[in-house]
Amino acid sequence: MASAILRRDRLRALTLLSPAYLWLTVAIFLPLSAMVFFSVLTDVPFGDREWHLTAGNYQAFLETGTYARLLWKSLQLGATVTALSVLIGFPCAYVLAKVVRGRSREALFLLVVLPFWSNSLVRIFSWAIVLRGNGVLDRAVNAVLPWPVKLNLMYSQSAIVIGLVHSYLPYVILTSYLALQAIDDSLIEAARSLGAKRLTILRRLILPLSMPGLVAGAVLIFVPVVGSFMEPRLLGGRLGTYYGTLIEDQFVAVFNWPLGAALSFILLAVVLVILGLASPILRKARL
Amino acid sequence: MAEVRVENLTKTYGPLKALDAVTLDFRDGGFFGLLGPSGSGKTTLLRAIAGFVIPDDGRVLIGGEPVERVPVEAREIGMVFQSYALFPNMTVADNVAFGLDVRRIRGAERDRRVKDVLDLVQLGDLGQRKPHQLSGGQKQRVAMARAIVTRPRVLLLDEPLSALDKALRVEMQVELKRIQREVGITTIFVTHDQEEALTLSDEIGILRNGRLVRHGPPREVYNNPRDAFTARFLGEANLFSGSLEAGGLRLPDGALIPGATTAMVAVRPENVQVSASEPSGPIRLRAEIRRRIFAGAMGTLILDRHGEPIKAIARDSEFAELPDNGRVWLSWREGSAIPVENAPN
Repeated sequence: MASAILRRDRLRALTLLSPAYLWLTVAIFLPLSAMVFFSVLTDVPFGDREWHLTAGNYQAFLETGTYARLLWKSLQLGATVTALSVLIGFPCAYVLAKVVRGRSREALFLLVVLPFWSNSLVRIFSWAIVLRGNGVLDRAVNAVLPWPVKLNLMYSQSAIVIGLVHSYLPYVILTSYLALQAIDDSLIEAARSLGAKRLTILRRLILPLSMPGLVAGAVLIFVPVVGSFMEPRLLGGRLGTYYGTLIEDQFVAVFNWPLGAALSFILLAVVLVILGLASPILRKARL
Repeated sequence: MAEVRVENLTKTYGPLKALDAVTLDFRDGGFFGLLGPSGSGKTTLLRAIAGFVIPDDGRVLIGGEPVERVPVEAREIGMVFQSYALFPNMTVADNVAFGLDVRRIRGAERDRRVKDVLDLVQLGDLGQRKPHQLSGGQKQRVAMARAIVTRPRVLLLDEPLSALDKALRVEMQVELKRIQREVGITTIFVTHDQEEALTLSDEIGILRNGRLVRHGPPREVYNNPRDAFTARFLGEANLFSGSLEAGGLRLPDGALIPGATTAMVAVRPENVQVSASEPSGPIRLRAEIRRRIFAGAMGTLILDRHGEPIKAIARDSEFAELPDNGRVWLSWREGSAIPVENAPN
């Protein structure tokens, strides 16, 4: 009797979940499997091209130092952008969650989310207008300072970092905001009644309690930034060769899909290893 | 430890006067209950003493020293919040030690004081638990321990027992009183539960619309409420009003309450005697029985006197011979009618 009910429940659950599973299969599992398959081929299996199985694409990563160097460069970029986003985003989230109230909070929220709603290409080109020599920033600084400065940030590492931080900042602000919002104000009042000053409250209460949100935001930023290609290419110019642009080249320019797929999976593996190594710290942050 | 005094304390929120010129002394070492309906300003008063509410006018003195300009963290207070506000990321011991850490009390001294206070609240072996592993009553004890471990000058309790169920609340009332006696800290607590206030307090203060209506020892305030609001709010009261004559109080229906000296008197339900036959005393009023409520040992009778409800409480057996419906006689011993003033709104 009980087992029959259990079986019926399981069947019902399966029926209800099937659209989700179907979607996951079509949207994620199939394309990903195709890419795994491509990554072990000598050439794309389109038309009448010759192809056979090989591990050569993965070997290429180990044999050619350039690829590993570019991956390292991308990981550093990811770390820099993540760190800056956290440093800028967390205080913003704190002000949003605990300082401003009512209408001004809504207005500020709109400003935070705005980058999400604008086309990323438009956003990047806008930054190009701001950052280039004789651009908006250059002129503004020269108008204020009494001595002339040559400010040309365009096509530099800084331009890439600025563009990426601007694009991904909302993630860390939103996740931190949610975590901070969940902290009961009476906890802060209790700490104050016990004699704690702002910095102590931040260090011993607010930071530990909002750490899950902060970490979630950091992961959301770090992973896509390591694989990013548009910002490096458009804002970095000649300097903008990163692991992401390397992969993009394989698919778009060189038409070497197998190598591109192999490089993508190596990136995926490295990111998973990094997150795996960091997980004990992350788990500790979750109380 | 110190006495607390508020003088002419006033706080307005827009058109609302949360506190209206409240002046009150809190004796050193006393247990003071602030009582009032919601929106009466009792919590605002507590939070003004704590420093979370900045008054528009008036003074707050702790140990004779004005503290209106002293921030919360420097006032040397202990506070227990309605939600307990335990830090969820810390163990019980670390929660309790928080105030000691802030004061840079470390090592053996820290450990000893945490242990002593956990023993005092009878949680000696739960130091390593996290707050979410505790029951409501245990959380309450931790909140209490955390607030007193720093030896504050005054202990402020905001509806400390309202989140507990009734049986536990009664148990914690006894506990709270015991702990307060042992540490001897001046304690001010806010409650909307009048029974709790009467049980715990050495002195109570009743607030209404931001004003202090009445204060004094619980027995005195209960026995002599002076105004209709206090009479009704603290305990229950049947109010009788009419016109004052030489012989006493003449009610609208012609009945006389002899000996009354005010236009309104209050009679506690437990002092109202109900009988089927005409009583011999000077006080004789007619009423109709409307409803009979049985609550174990005690019974409640709801009566009707010309549309005015009247309540009588006695041992249920005393109501046994009364008819379920119909007219009966009300009386009370002389002296049970408390003269009260009609409270302005």
